[in-house]
Amino acid sequence: MFFQQFFAQVMNGLTLGSTYALIALGYTMVYGILELINFAHSEIYMTGAFVGLIMVTVYKLPFAAALLAGMAGSCILGVIIEKIAYRPLRKATRIAPLISAIGVSIFLQNAALLVFGPQARAFPANFSAAALNFGFVQISSLQLLILVISVLLMIGLHLLIHRTKIGQAMRATAQDKETAQLMGIRIDRVISFTFAIGSALGGAAGVLVGVYFNSADPMMGFFPGLKGFVAAVLGGIGNIPGAMVGGLILGLAEVFGAVYMSQYKDAIAFAVLILILLFKPTGLMGRRIQEKV
Amino acid sequence: MLKLENVVTHYGNIQALKGISLEISRGEIATVIGANGAGKTTTLKAICGLVGVTSGKIFFEEKDITGKPTPDIVSSGIAMVPEGRRIFPRMSVLENLQLGAYLNNDKNDVRKDMERVFELFPILKQRLKQVAGTLSGGEQQMLAIGRALMAKPRLLLLDEPSMGLAPMIVSSIFDIITEINQSGTTILLVEQNAQMALSIAHKGYVLETGRIVMEDTAENLLHNEQVKKAYLGE
Repeated sequence: MFFQQFFAQVMNGLTLGSTYALIALGYTMVYGILELINFAHSEIYMTGAFVGLIMVTVYKLPFAAALLAGMAGSCILGVIIEKIAYRPLRKATRIAPLISAIGVSIFLQNAALLVFGPQARAFPANFSAAALNFGFVQISSLQLLILVISVLLMIGLHLLIHRTKIGQAMRATAQDKETAQLMGIRIDRVISFTFAIGSALGGAAGVLVGVYFNSADPMMGFFPGLKGFVAAVLGGIGNIPGAMVGGLILGLAEVFGAVYMSQYKDAIAFAVLILILLFKPTGLMGRRIQEKV
Repeated sequence: MLKLENVVTHYGNIQALKGISLEISRGEIATVIGANGAGKTTTLKAICGLVGVTSGKIFFEEKDITGKPTPDIVSSGIAMVPEGRRIFPRMSVLENLQLGAYLNNDKNDVRKDMERVFELFPILKQRLKQVAGTLSGGEQQMLAIGRALMAKPRLLLLDEPSMGLAPMIVSSIFDIITEINQSGTTILLVEQNAQMALSIAHKGYVLETGRIVMEDTAENLLHNEQVKKAYLGE
Protein backbone atom coordinates (compact mmCIF):
# COMPACT_ATOMS: atom_id res chain seq x y z
CA MET A 1 0.00 0.00 0.00
CA PHE A 2 2.75 2.39 1.00
CA PHE A 3 4.79 1.37 -2.00
CA GLN A 4 1.85 1.92 -4.34
CA GLN A 5 1.31 5.44 -3.06
CA PHE A 6 5.00 6.18 -3.11
CA PHE A 7 5.25 5.00 -6.69
CA ALA A 8 2.25 7.10 -7.70
CA GLN A 9 3.86 10.18 -6.16
CA VAL A 10 7.14 9.47 -7.92
CA MET A 11 5.24 9.25 -11.21
CA ASN A 12 3.46 12.54 -10.44
CA GLY A 13 6.77 14.17 -9.61
CA LEU A 14 8.51 12.90 -12.72
CA THR A 15 5.64 13.95 -14.95
CA LEU A 16 5.53 17.44 -13.51
CA GLY A 17 9.32 17.58 -13.42
CA SER A 18 9.73 16.59 -17.04
CA THR A 19 7.51 19.49 -18.11
CA TYR A 20 9.57 21.84 -15.89
CA ALA A 21 12.66 20.41 -17.53
CA LEU A 22 11.32 21.17 -21.01
CA ILE A 23 10.59 24.75 -19.96
CA ALA A 24 13.94 25.08 -18.20
CA LEU A 25 15.75 24.05 -21.39
CA GLY A 26 14.38 27.09 -23.20
CA TYR A 27 15.67 29.42 -20.47
CA THR A 28 19.01 27.76 -20.21
CA MET A 29 19.68 27.57 -23.97
CA VAL A 30 18.92 31.25 -24.44
CA TYR A 31 20.96 32.16 -21.36
CA GLY A 32 23.83 30.01 -22.58
CA ILE A 33 24.04 31.88 -25.85
CA LEU A 34 23.00 35.45 -24.94
CA GLU A 35 23.27 35.62 -21.13
CA LEU A 36 19.69 36.80 -21.16
CA ILE A 37 16.78 35.54 -19.06
CA ASN A 38 13.99 35.34 -21.59
CA PHE A 39 11.05 36.22 -19.35
CA ALA A 40 8.72 35.95 -22.33
CA HIS A 41 9.33 32.19 -22.23
CA SER A 42 6.25 31.74 -19.98
CA GLU A 43 4.09 33.17 -22.74
CA ILE A 44 5.82 31.09 -25.40
CA TYR A 45 4.73 28.10 -23.31
CA MET A 46 1.18 29.45 -23.00
CA THR A 47 1.03 30.03 -26.76
CA GLY A 48 2.01 26.40 -27.36
CA ALA A 49 -0.88 25.27 -25.18
CA PHE A 50 -3.39 27.48 -27.01
CA VAL A 51 -2.20 26.48 -30.47
CA GLY A 52 -2.50 22.84 -29.40
CA LEU A 53 -5.96 23.47 -27.99
CA ILE A 54 -7.16 25.18 -31.17
CA MET A 55 -5.86 22.32 -33.29
CA VAL A 56 -7.76 19.81 -31.17
CA THR A 57 -11.02 21.70 -30.67
CA VAL A 58 -11.41 23.68 -33.91
CA TYR A 59 -9.62 21.48 -36.43
CA LYS A 60 -10.28 18.15 -34.66
CA LEU A 61 -6.69 17.07 -35.18
CA PRO A 62 -5.21 14.13 -33.27
CA PHE A 63 -2.88 14.69 -30.32
CA ALA A 64 0.39 14.18 -32.22
CA ALA A 65 -0.55 16.81 -34.81
CA ALA A 66 -1.64 19.22 -32.08
CA LEU A 67 1.67 18.73 -30.29
CA LEU A 68 3.65 19.45 -33.44
CA ALA A 69 1.50 22.49 -34.23
CA GLY A 70 1.93 23.81 -30.69
CA MET A 71 5.69 23.40 -30.99
CA ALA A 72 5.72 25.11 -34.39
CA GLY A 73 3.62 28.01 -33.09
CA SER A 74 5.89 28.59 -30.12
CA CYS A 75 8.97 28.19 -32.29
CA ILE A 76 7.84 30.93 -34.69
CA LEU A 77 6.81 33.20 -31.81
CA GLY A 78 10.20 32.74 -30.11
CA VAL A 79 12.12 33.61 -33.27
CA ILE A 80 9.98 36.72 -33.85
CA ILE A 81 10.42 37.88 -30.24
CA GLU A 82 14.20 37.58 -30.55
CA LYS A 83 14.22 39.55 -33.82
CA ILE A 84 11.97 42.35 -32.58
CA ALA A 85 12.67 42.65 -28.88
CA TYR A 86 16.24 41.41 -28.27
CA ARG A 87 18.33 41.71 -31.41
CA PRO A 88 18.14 45.54 -31.61
CA LEU A 89 19.38 45.61 -28.00
CA ARG A 90 22.29 43.20 -28.51
CA LYS A 91 24.86 45.93 -27.84
CA ALA A 92 22.85 47.78 -25.19
CA THR A 93 23.43 47.49 -21.44
CA ARG A 94 22.51 44.13 -19.95
CA ILE A 95 19.41 45.41 -18.21
CA ALA A 96 17.80 46.68 -21.44
CA PRO A 97 16.96 43.31 -23.06
CA LEU A 98 15.80 42.04 -19.66
CA ILE A 99 13.28 44.87 -19.40
CA SER A 100 12.32 44.27 -23.00
CA ALA A 101 11.70 40.60 -22.12
CA ILE A 102 9.38 41.55 -19.26
CA GLY A 103 7.58 43.94 -21.62
CA VAL A 104 7.08 41.23 -24.22
CA SER A 105 5.78 38.91 -21.50
CA ILE A 106 3.15 41.42 -20.29
CA PHE A 107 2.19 42.27 -23.86
CA LEU A 108 1.63 38.64 -24.81
CA GLN A 109 -0.37 37.87 -21.65
CA ASN A 110 -2.70 40.75 -22.40
CA ALA A 111 -2.92 39.92 -26.08
CA ALA A 112 -4.01 36.41 -25.11
CA LEU A 113 -6.55 37.85 -22.64
CA LEU A 114 -8.01 39.95 -25.45
CA VAL A 115 -8.20 37.06 -27.90
CA PHE A 116 -9.21 34.17 -25.65
CA GLY A 117 -10.78 35.89 -22.65
CA PRO A 118 -9.75 35.26 -19.03
CA GLN A 119 -11.61 31.98 -18.49
CA ALA A 120 -9.81 28.65 -18.75
CA ARG A 121 -10.56 26.47 -21.77
CA ALA A 122 -10.81 22.71 -21.51
CA PHE A 123 -9.46 20.07 -23.84
CA PRO A 124 -12.10 17.64 -25.12
CA ALA A 125 -12.89 14.55 -23.11
CA ASN A 126 -11.27 12.05 -25.44
CA PHE A 127 -7.94 13.38 -24.19
CA SER A 128 -8.50 12.30 -20.62
CA ALA A 129 -6.41 9.59 -19.06
CA ALA A 130 -6.86 5.87 -18.88
CA ALA A 131 -5.20 3.95 -16.09
CA LEU A 132 -2.71 1.35 -17.17
CA ASN A 133 -2.17 -1.62 -14.89
CA PHE A 134 1.30 -3.02 -14.43
CA GLY A 135 0.79 -5.76 -11.88
CA PHE A 136 0.16 -3.96 -8.63
CA VAL A 137 1.10 -0.46 -9.78
CA GLN A 138 -1.04 1.81 -11.85
CA ILE A 139 0.19 4.46 -14.25
CA SER A 140 -1.99 6.97 -16.00
CA SER A 141 -1.59 6.72 -19.76
CA LEU A 142 -1.26 10.48 -19.90
CA GLN A 143 1.63 10.51 -17.45
CA LEU A 144 3.39 7.85 -19.43
CA LEU A 145 2.82 9.80 -22.65
CA ILE A 146 4.23 13.01 -21.14
CA LEU A 147 7.27 11.20 -19.78
CA VAL A 148 7.99 9.41 -23.05
CA ILE A 149 7.59 12.54 -25.16
CA SER A 150 9.72 14.62 -22.81
CA VAL A 151 12.48 12.04 -22.76
CA LEU A 152 12.41 11.71 -26.56
CA LEU A 153 12.61 15.48 -26.97
CA MET A 154 15.53 15.70 -24.57
CA ILE A 155 17.40 12.89 -26.33
CA GLY A 156 16.70 14.65 -29.62
CA LEU A 157 18.07 17.90 -28.23
CA HIS A 158 21.18 16.18 -26.93
CA LEU A 159 21.88 14.62 -30.33
CA LEU A 160 21.22 17.93 -32.08
CA ILE A 161 23.68 19.75 -29.87
CA HIS A 162 26.43 17.15 -29.84
CA ARG A 163 26.16 15.38 -33.18
CA THR A 164 25.28 18.04 -35.75
CA LYS A 165 27.12 20.92 -37.30
CA ILE A 166 24.53 23.48 -36.22
CA GLY A 167 24.78 22.09 -32.68
CA GLN A 168 28.53 22.54 -32.78
CA ALA A 169 28.00 26.10 -34.02
CA MET A 170 25.60 26.71 -31.12
CA ARG A 171 28.15 25.55 -28.58
CA ALA A 172 30.90 27.59 -30.21
CA THR A 173 28.71 30.71 -30.24
CA ALA A 174 27.84 30.17 -26.57
CA GLN A 175 31.52 29.91 -25.63
CA ASP A 176 32.93 32.80 -27.67
CA LYS A 177 30.87 34.83 -30.14
CA GLU A 178 33.73 36.74 -31.69
CA THR A 179 35.84 33.67 -32.36
CA ALA A 180 32.78 31.81 -33.63
CA GLN A 181 32.44 34.49 -36.30
CA LEU A 182 36.09 34.00 -37.21
CA MET A 183 35.24 30.35 -37.92
CA GLY A 184 32.69 31.58 -40.46
CA ILE A 185 29.66 31.01 -38.22
CA ARG A 186 26.80 33.45 -38.80
CA ILE A 187 25.92 34.00 -35.19
CA ASP A 188 22.62 35.77 -35.86
CA ARG A 189 21.35 32.62 -37.52
CA VAL A 190 22.63 30.46 -34.70
CA ILE A 191 20.91 32.69 -32.14
CA SER A 192 17.63 32.52 -34.11
CA PHE A 193 17.97 28.76 -34.27
CA THR A 194 18.55 28.56 -30.53
CA PHE A 195 15.39 30.54 -29.87
CA ALA A 196 13.52 28.32 -32.31
CA ILE A 197 14.53 25.09 -30.56
CA GLY A 198 14.17 26.40 -27.01
CA SER A 199 10.74 27.85 -27.80
CA ALA A 200 9.57 24.67 -29.51
CA LEU A 201 10.44 22.71 -26.34
CA GLY A 202 8.52 25.28 -24.27
CA GLY A 203 5.57 24.92 -26.65
CA ALA A 204 5.68 21.14 -26.28
CA ALA A 205 5.55 21.58 -22.50
CA GLY A 206 2.56 23.90 -22.94
CA VAL A 207 0.60 21.34 -24.96
CA LEU A 208 1.51 18.49 -22.59
CA VAL A 209 0.55 20.42 -19.46
CA GLY A 210 -2.61 21.74 -21.15
CA VAL A 211 -3.70 18.19 -21.87
CA TYR A 212 -2.58 16.90 -18.45
CA PHE A 213 -4.50 19.46 -16.41
CA ASN A 214 -7.14 19.69 -19.11
CA SER A 215 -7.05 23.45 -19.28
CA ALA A 216 -5.43 26.42 -20.94
CA ASP A 217 -5.71 30.07 -19.98
CA PRO A 218 -3.76 33.27 -20.72
CA MET A 219 -2.08 33.38 -17.30
CA MET A 220 -1.16 29.69 -17.26
CA GLY A 221 2.48 30.44 -18.11
CA PHE A 222 3.20 32.45 -15.00
CA PHE A 223 3.95 29.77 -12.41
CA PRO A 224 5.35 27.07 -14.72
CA GLY A 225 7.52 29.76 -16.31
CA LEU A 226 8.95 30.81 -12.96
CA LYS A 227 9.41 27.19 -11.94
CA GLY A 228 11.13 26.36 -15.19
CA PHE A 229 13.44 29.26 -14.46
CA VAL A 230 14.09 27.92 -10.95
CA ALA A 231 14.81 24.49 -12.44
CA ALA A 232 17.32 26.06 -14.83
CA VAL A 233 19.06 27.89 -11.97
CA LEU A 234 18.98 24.75 -9.84
CA GLY A 235 20.75 22.78 -12.54
CA GLY A 236 23.16 25.62 -13.31
CA ILE A 237 21.91 28.23 -15.75
CA GLY A 238 23.35 27.77 -19.22
CA ASN A 239 23.91 24.06 -18.60
CA ILE A 240 21.65 21.79 -20.66
CA PRO A 241 21.88 18.51 -18.72
CA GLY A 242 21.55 20.68 -15.59
CA ALA A 243 18.19 22.00 -16.78
CA MET A 244 16.92 18.45 -17.30
CA VAL A 245 18.07 17.28 -13.87
CA GLY A 246 16.91 20.53 -12.22
CA GLY A 247 13.42 20.11 -13.69
CA LEU A 248 13.05 16.54 -12.44
CA ILE A 249 14.36 17.36 -8.95
CA LEU A 250 12.02 20.33 -8.68
CA GLY A 251 9.03 18.25 -9.82
CA LEU A 252 9.76 15.56 -7.26
CA ALA A 253 10.42 18.11 -4.50
CA GLU A 254 7.11 19.78 -5.20
CA VAL A 255 5.06 16.60 -5.22
CA PHE A 256 6.64 15.16 -2.07
CA GLY A 257 6.61 18.53 -0.33
CA ALA A 258 2.90 18.87 -1.09
CA VAL A 259 2.23 15.63 0.82
CA TYR A 260 3.20 17.42 4.04
CA MET A 261 2.15 20.99 3.26
CA SER A 262 -0.14 21.05 0.30
CA GLN A 263 -1.09 24.72 0.69
CA TYR A 264 2.55 25.71 0.17
CA LYS A 265 3.07 23.71 -3.04
CA ASP A 266 4.03 26.73 -5.12
CA ALA A 267 6.32 28.09 -2.40
CA ILE A 268 8.56 25.03 -2.54
CA ALA A 269 10.12 26.03 -5.85
CA PHE A 270 11.04 29.42 -4.52
CA ALA A 271 12.41 28.00 -1.29
CA VAL A 272 14.62 25.83 -3.51
CA LEU A 273 15.67 28.93 -5.47
CA ILE A 274 16.66 30.79 -2.29
CA LEU A 275 18.59 27.79 -0.97
CA ILE A 276 20.48 27.26 -4.20
CA LEU A 277 21.38 30.94 -4.51
CA LEU A 278 22.60 30.94 -0.91
CA PHE A 279 24.63 27.76 -0.94
CA LYS A 280 25.53 26.92 -4.53
CA PRO A 281 24.86 29.86 -6.84
CA THR A 282 26.44 28.12 -9.83
CA GLY A 283 23.76 25.42 -9.59
CA LEU A 284 24.17 21.66 -9.25
CA MET A 285 25.96 21.15 -12.56
CA GLY A 286 27.11 24.66 -13.34
CA ARG A 287 30.78 25.42 -13.46
CA ARG A 288 32.83 28.42 -12.63
CA ILE A 289 34.34 30.01 -15.66
CA GLN A 290 38.03 29.44 -15.66
CA GLU A 291 40.13 29.98 -18.72
CA LYS A 292 43.81 30.05 -19.38
CA VAL A 293 45.20 33.22 -20.88
CA MET B 1 47.17 41.00 -51.92
CA LEU B 2 45.92 43.00 -48.92
CA LYS B 3 45.69 46.75 -48.99
CA LEU B 4 44.50 49.16 -46.33
CA GLU B 5 43.84 52.74 -47.39
CA ASN B 6 43.53 55.33 -44.67
CA VAL B 7 41.55 53.09 -42.33
CA VAL B 8 39.98 54.88 -39.37
CA THR B 9 38.12 53.09 -36.56
CA HIS B 10 36.46 54.22 -33.36
CA TYR B 11 35.60 52.65 -30.02
CA GLY B 12 32.75 54.91 -28.97
CA ASN B 13 34.13 58.42 -29.29
CA ILE B 14 37.73 57.36 -29.12
CA GLN B 15 39.61 57.10 -32.37
CA ALA B 16 41.63 53.88 -32.26
CA LEU B 17 43.12 53.86 -35.75
CA LYS B 18 43.82 57.29 -37.16
CA GLY B 19 44.26 56.48 -40.81
CA ILE B 20 46.27 53.31 -41.39
CA SER B 21 47.60 52.45 -44.83
CA LEU B 22 49.54 49.31 -45.53
CA GLU B 23 50.07 46.85 -48.33
CA ILE B 24 51.09 43.21 -48.30
CA SER B 25 52.11 41.27 -51.40
CA ARG B 26 51.41 37.62 -52.06
CA GLY B 27 53.84 35.25 -50.36
CA GLU B 28 55.15 37.80 -47.87
CA ILE B 29 55.39 37.84 -44.11
CA ALA B 30 54.56 41.35 -43.02
CA THR B 31 54.65 42.40 -39.41
CA VAL B 32 53.14 45.23 -37.45
CA ILE B 33 55.03 45.99 -34.26
CA GLY B 34 54.17 48.47 -31.55
CA ALA B 35 53.49 48.90 -27.87
CA ASN B 36 50.37 47.96 -25.94
CA GLY B 37 47.40 50.01 -27.08
CA ALA B 38 49.00 51.18 -30.31
CA GLY B 39 46.16 49.65 -32.36
CA LYS B 40 47.73 46.41 -33.55
CA THR B 41 44.84 44.17 -32.60
CA THR B 42 42.33 46.74 -33.82
CA THR B 43 44.03 46.70 -37.23
CA LEU B 44 43.55 42.92 -37.51
CA LYS B 45 39.98 43.12 -36.23
CA ALA B 46 39.18 45.79 -38.79
CA ILE B 47 40.51 43.55 -41.57
CA CYS B 48 38.22 40.68 -40.57
CA GLY B 49 35.23 42.86 -39.92
CA LEU B 50 35.09 42.40 -36.15
CA VAL B 51 35.57 46.15 -35.68
CA GLY B 52 33.62 48.60 -37.81
CA VAL B 53 35.59 50.88 -40.11
CA THR B 54 34.59 54.56 -39.85
CA SER B 55 36.35 55.62 -43.03
CA GLY B 56 38.93 54.26 -45.44
CA LYS B 57 38.97 51.09 -47.53
CA ILE B 58 40.25 47.55 -47.18
CA PHE B 59 40.95 45.48 -50.29
CA PHE B 60 41.72 41.78 -50.36
CA GLU B 61 42.88 40.40 -53.73
CA GLU B 62 41.59 43.58 -55.40
CA LYS B 63 38.11 43.16 -53.92
CA ASP B 64 36.69 45.72 -51.50
CA ILE B 65 35.92 43.90 -48.23
CA THR B 66 35.33 47.00 -46.08
CA GLY B 67 32.34 46.55 -43.80
CA LYS B 68 31.55 43.00 -44.93
CA PRO B 69 30.34 40.54 -42.29
CA THR B 70 33.13 38.46 -40.74
CA PRO B 71 31.93 35.08 -42.11
CA ASP B 72 32.05 36.49 -45.68
CA ILE B 73 35.59 37.75 -45.15
CA VAL B 74 36.63 34.37 -43.76
CA SER B 75 35.13 32.57 -46.72
CA SER B 76 36.99 34.88 -49.10
CA GLY B 77 40.28 33.42 -47.79
CA ILE B 78 41.37 35.25 -44.64
CA ALA B 79 41.79 33.46 -41.31
CA MET B 80 42.84 34.90 -37.99
CA VAL B 81 44.58 33.52 -34.92
CA PRO B 82 43.22 35.87 -32.28
CA GLU B 83 45.10 37.40 -29.39
CA GLY B 84 45.12 35.11 -26.37
CA ARG B 85 44.46 32.14 -28.70
CA ARG B 86 40.74 32.03 -28.00
CA ILE B 87 40.37 28.32 -28.54
CA PHE B 88 36.98 26.91 -27.50
CA PRO B 89 38.02 25.75 -24.03
CA ARG B 90 35.18 23.31 -23.35
CA MET B 91 35.47 21.51 -26.67
CA SER B 92 37.91 18.81 -27.70
CA VAL B 93 40.93 19.49 -29.87
CA LEU B 94 39.16 17.65 -32.69
CA GLU B 95 36.08 19.85 -32.42
CA ASN B 96 38.19 23.00 -32.40
CA LEU B 97 39.82 21.88 -35.62
CA GLN B 98 36.46 20.95 -37.14
CA LEU B 99 35.15 24.41 -36.35
CA GLY B 100 38.10 25.90 -38.20
CA ALA B 101 36.77 24.13 -41.28
CA TYR B 102 33.19 25.21 -40.58
CA LEU B 103 32.67 26.61 -44.08
CA ASN B 104 34.08 23.54 -45.80
CA ASN B 105 31.41 20.93 -46.42
CA ASP B 106 33.67 18.41 -48.14
CA LYS B 107 34.44 15.86 -45.41
CA ASN B 108 37.33 14.21 -47.26
CA ASP B 109 38.90 17.56 -47.86
CA VAL B 110 38.57 18.46 -44.18
CA ARG B 111 40.27 15.19 -43.26
CA LYS B 112 43.17 15.96 -45.60
CA ASP B 113 43.59 19.43 -44.16
CA MET B 114 43.59 17.97 -40.69
CA GLU B 115 46.40 15.58 -41.67
CA ARG B 116 48.37 18.58 -42.85
CA VAL B 117 47.83 20.31 -39.51
CA PHE B 118 49.04 17.14 -37.72
CA GLU B 119 52.22 17.20 -39.82
CA LEU B 120 52.92 20.71 -38.53
CA PHE B 121 51.79 19.98 -34.98
CA PRO B 122 52.09 16.25 -34.21
CA ILE B 123 51.20 16.90 -30.56
CA LEU B 124 47.65 17.84 -31.56
CA LYS B 125 47.08 14.38 -32.97
CA GLN B 126 47.98 12.83 -29.61
CA ARG B 127 45.66 15.24 -27.82
CA LEU B 128 42.76 14.88 -30.23
CA LYS B 129 40.11 13.87 -27.68
CA GLN B 130 41.39 16.10 -24.91
CA VAL B 131 39.36 19.13 -23.82
CA ALA B 132 41.15 22.12 -25.30
CA GLY B 133 41.03 24.18 -22.09
CA THR B 134 43.34 21.65 -20.42
CA LEU B 135 46.15 22.02 -22.98
CA SER B 136 49.32 23.92 -22.08
CA GLY B 137 49.71 27.47 -23.38
CA GLY B 138 52.02 26.41 -26.20
CA GLU B 139 49.70 23.60 -27.24
CA GLN B 140 46.76 26.00 -27.20
CA GLN B 141 48.67 28.33 -29.50
CA MET B 142 49.39 25.43 -31.85
CA LEU B 143 45.73 24.52 -31.79
CA ALA B 144 44.73 28.11 -32.55
CA ILE B 145 47.09 28.20 -35.54
CA GLY B 146 46.00 24.73 -36.67
CA ARG B 147 42.36 25.75 -36.41
CA ALA B 148 42.99 28.83 -38.56
CA LEU B 149 44.78 26.70 -41.18
CA MET B 150 41.73 24.41 -41.38
CA ALA B 151 39.98 27.29 -43.18
CA LYS B 152 42.59 27.07 -46.00
CA PRO B 153 43.45 30.75 -45.78
CA ARG B 154 45.46 32.52 -48.47
CA LEU B 155 46.12 35.24 -45.90
CA LEU B 156 46.75 34.33 -42.27
CA LEU B 157 46.49 37.01 -39.58
CA LEU B 158 48.37 36.25 -36.37
CA ASP B 159 47.81 38.33 -33.25
CA GLU B 160 50.64 38.04 -30.70
CA PRO B 161 51.40 34.35 -31.10
CA SER B 162 54.29 34.70 -28.62
CA MET B 163 52.13 36.02 -25.79
CA GLY B 164 52.70 34.26 -22.48
CA LEU B 165 54.87 31.50 -23.90
CA ALA B 166 58.33 30.29 -22.87
CA PRO B 167 61.13 31.45 -25.20
CA MET B 168 61.79 27.93 -26.50
CA ILE B 169 58.17 27.45 -27.45
CA VAL B 170 58.07 30.91 -29.02
CA SER B 171 60.95 30.04 -31.31
CA SER B 172 59.39 26.76 -32.37
CA ILE B 173 56.09 28.56 -33.08
CA PHE B 174 57.95 31.11 -35.19
CA ASP B 175 59.70 28.31 -37.10
CA ILE B 176 56.31 26.90 -37.94
CA ILE B 177 55.02 30.30 -39.03
CA THR B 178 57.94 30.49 -41.46
CA GLU B 179 57.12 26.98 -42.67
CA ILE B 180 53.47 27.91 -43.25
CA ASN B 181 54.59 30.94 -45.21
CA GLN B 182 56.98 28.88 -47.34
CA SER B 183 54.15 26.56 -48.33
CA GLY B 184 52.40 29.53 -49.89
CA THR B 185 50.35 31.36 -47.26
CA THR B 186 50.76 35.11 -46.96
CA ILE B 187 51.10 36.22 -43.36
CA LEU B 188 50.36 39.37 -41.42
CA LEU B 189 51.91 39.08 -37.99
CA VAL B 190 51.20 41.46 -35.14
CA GLU B 191 53.72 41.31 -32.28
CA GLN B 192 55.07 43.04 -29.24
CA ASN B 193 58.10 40.77 -29.49
CA ALA B 194 59.65 42.94 -32.20
CA GLN B 195 62.93 41.03 -32.30
CA MET B 196 61.26 37.71 -33.14
CA ALA B 197 58.78 39.25 -35.53
CA LEU B 198 61.32 41.23 -37.54
CA SER B 199 63.66 38.25 -37.71
CA ILE B 200 61.17 36.18 -39.73
CA ALA B 201 59.32 38.96 -41.59
CA HIS B 202 60.09 40.46 -44.99
CA LYS B 203 58.54 43.78 -44.25
CA GLY B 204 57.57 45.70 -41.13
CA TYR B 205 55.39 48.54 -39.97
CA VAL B 206 55.76 50.39 -36.69
CA LEU B 207 52.49 51.46 -35.15
CA GLU B 208 52.23 54.18 -32.52
CA THR B 209 48.92 55.38 -31.04
CA GLY B 210 46.87 54.56 -34.11
CA ARG B 211 49.33 55.78 -36.74
CA ILE B 212 51.98 54.06 -38.80
CA VAL B 213 55.17 55.96 -38.01
CA MET B 214 57.63 53.83 -39.95
CA GLU B 215 57.65 51.24 -42.69
CA ASP B 216 60.58 49.45 -44.22
CA THR B 217 62.03 46.04 -44.91
CA ALA B 218 62.31 43.98 -41.75
CA GLU B 219 66.08 43.90 -42.21
CA ASN B 220 66.34 47.70 -42.19
CA LEU B 221 64.00 48.05 -39.22
CA LEU B 222 66.09 45.62 -37.21
CA HIS B 223 69.07 47.94 -37.69
CA ASN B 224 67.21 51.19 -37.32
CA GLU B 225 68.43 53.13 -34.28
CA GLN B 226 64.99 54.38 -33.25
CA VAL B 227 63.46 50.93 -33.51
CA LYS B 228 66.33 49.45 -31.58
CA LYS B 229 65.84 51.92 -28.79
CA ALA B 230 62.09 51.78 -28.57
CA TYR B 231 61.29 48.14 -29.35
CA LEU B 232 64.38 45.99 -29.24
CA GLY B 233 65.59 47.07 -25.83
CA GLU B 234 69.09 48.01 -26.91
